[in-house]
Amino acid sequence: MSMRFVDEYRTGDVAKRLAGEIAELVEPGRHYKIMEVCGGHTHSIYQHGVEDLLPDEIELVHGPGCPVCVIPMGRQDDAIAIAQRPEVIFTTFGDMMRVPASNGSLLDAKSRGADVRMVYSPLDALKIARDNPDRQVVFFAIGFETTTPSTAVTLLRARAEGITNFSLFANHVTIIPAIRAILDSPDLRLDGFIGPGHVATVIGTRPFRFIARDFQRPVVVSGFEPVDVLQGVYQVMTQLRDGRCEVENQYSRVVRDEGNPAALRAIGQTMELRTTFEWRGLGFISQSALKLRSEFAEWDAEVRYEVPGVRVADPKACQCGEVLKGVIKPWECKVFGTACTPEHPIGTCMVSSEGACAAYYNYGRHAGRRRREEAPAPA
Amino acid sequence: MSDRPARTEEEVLDAIERRRRRPVRKLLEDRITLSHGAGGKATHTLVEALFLAELRNPLLEAMGDSAVFEAGTGGPRLAFSTDSYVVSPLFFPGGNIGELAVNGTVNDLAMSGARPLHLSAGFILEEGFPIADLQRVVASMGAAAREAGVTIVTGDTKVVERGKADGLYINTAGVGVMERKLDLSPATVRAGDRVIVSGTLGDHGIAVMVARGNLGIEVDLESDTAALAGLTADLLDAVGDGVRCLRDPTRGGLATVLAELALETELSVMIDEPALPIVPAVHGACEILGLYPLYIANEGKLAAIVAPEAADAALAALRAHPLGRDAAIVAEVRPDPPGLVLLETSIGGSRVVDMLAGDPLPRIC
Repeated sequence: MSMRFVDEYRTGDVAKRLAGEIAELVEPGRHYKIMEVCGGHTHSIYQHGVEDLLPDEIELVHGPGCPVCVIPMGRQDDAIAIAQRPEVIFTTFGDMMRVPASNGSLLDAKSRGADVRMVYSPLDALKIARDNPDRQVVFFAIGFETTTPSTAVTLLRARAEGITNFSLFANHVTIIPAIRAILDSPDLRLDGFIGPGHVATVIGTRPFRFIARDFQRPVVVSGFEPVDVLQGVYQVMTQLRDGRCEVENQYSRVVRDEGNPAALRAIGQTMELRTTFEWRGLGFISQSALKLRSEFAEWDAEVRYEVPGVRVADPKACQCGEVLKGVIKPWECKVFGTACTPEHPIGTCMVSSEGACAAYYNYGRHAGRRRREEAPAPA
Repeated sequence: MSDRPARTEEEVLDAIERRRRRPVRKLLEDRITLSHGAGGKATHTLVEALFLAELRNPLLEAMGDSAVFEAGTGGPRLAFSTDSYVVSPLFFPGGNIGELAVNGTVNDLAMSGARPLHLSAGFILEEGFPIADLQRVVASMGAAAREAGVTIVTGDTKVVERGKADGLYINTAGVGVMERKLDLSPATVRAGDRVIVSGTLGDHGIAVMVARGNLGIEVDLESDTAALAGLTADLLDAVGDGVRCLRDPTRGGLATVLAELALETELSVMIDEPALPIVPAVHGACEILGLYPLYIANEGKLAAIVAPEAADAALAALRAHPLGRDAAIVAEVRPDPPGLVLLETSIGGSRVVDMLAGDPLPRIC
């Protein structure tokens, strides 16, 4: 593996040159709000301190694309109910372990005796099922279109191999309805979007066209290295200067306009749209999530196990919804940094490393202060 | 949202920093979770709110890698330390649990400036554990002890039923003698001091993680487990008083060591990201797994905080030793913002580096 590939996109000289070019595109007196939809971008922006390189007039607004953040409390309760069954080995991505539910997290359930195991891929969960034929292995399937194909492929493989002690608790969501919900909401003014590069790898760039066509906002599908993000901002700013609204593809080294047909086929074969699905903080959004097709009922944990299936309201103080929509900054939440911290999160945005609150708390706090202190004193 | 008291960003951040510096009095959990063993904030809280609260005494309160005390009135000053080893797998590229158990305690003693003398070794064995494996582990302990110039002088063996332990756990404790008139402690750290690491970061943690074989990746990497008593002695011989304090960045990595230092000293540490020595295999594995080398365990590296005028000599002394070949100056102590570690990224941005809140990964050392 050659790591030069990554390092090329982390070069200080290139980043600074781009930042200079972005600054030149700023119209005096205008304030720009650009939303990065994807949690991966949020993480990269904070990890590399990208905001330090941007002029004050450009504000990056963190969007709803953090897969952990959007899972509602009721679904997390359901997951824990399944995990606590004595016959079950419950497998999950590490991030989900610490998400608070009504009565503690999966990590707490594990400390009370539930067999909860962290995996890096659903195929690892399938392997655990193969190795433990006398146990029931359930995989907590979450994520946007980025992770859905690997779940679909795992399901197809489970069927092909006739592995029946394996099932999925499907919580896959789709990004487009969430973006539409944000564009429809009256309390937010956005100038443009950094489109989610990984999701677009699967679904292509075409599904984002409605943003340019119906809402007259530029979209630049971008990669995840800091130079990618800066390039994305540059392209959005260029479109704004030129008065254009188009979908552009900054991440063409990976993303094709038509997406990945094989991945889309695997999803279509195994899953179908739910009528509606609850998103943490955003409420119910119609046709925004996937469930297993009925021919895969045997591998569907929701069919196999009785779960509470109760809608649980978010804690009153939690403002994850407004953070996810970009209406407020993480620090503007009433409980940010006091009752809600990475050690004891109340809301999901404080759990995942892709969540806006966790990213701001862990990496980004003081960035604004540093910028203000370093800025020359007004004459 | 009109009921929300309007707080400025500054006020919110100040409140967070005040909170971070408050001693932790109460554990919020009612059961131990894996986070309590991950070396980050949860471990810190457990130690402060439970162990320190119940066992408080002046030596423990110093919370150093070793306790340093006078053996009787006017007797020699001794350093005393202990550590337990629960690594999985027991054998990994570059070493095994036995070497780790010797080197780890030797290093804890060395970081206090002591010359390590004797160790104890306690074994908790699971019924059914192969004798041949135990033989290999103990032989490695013997070799590591000889290499480090210590002797294992007392021990204990317990066997638990099958399923009650993961093969083999080892506890070691050690004593060393303080032969130098040195006050290695965070209290001596000043703004302007430099932070030097003795070599590449994250090798042990990644080597062990990959050796578990469940990540589906392969890397050409060995654990860096090594006894640092010789390297430390060379460093102290070369610059003596120029060394303010020494830490071995094991569980929680360099980030945790520096975050603790910033909190203790009420100073700031600025890390220079491009200066961090990281081998491509660790860099690559971390990219794939979503981890940061700064948080990954090392078992044969030290971080030295040194006076600015001693930095070059300290660096040269470390580089002259085989275990310090890749030593590098990676950070500088600054006055502001107090209690906080910042990192200047390779693109010229900056960010906070805090202790990890918890660690969902399986134990690594």
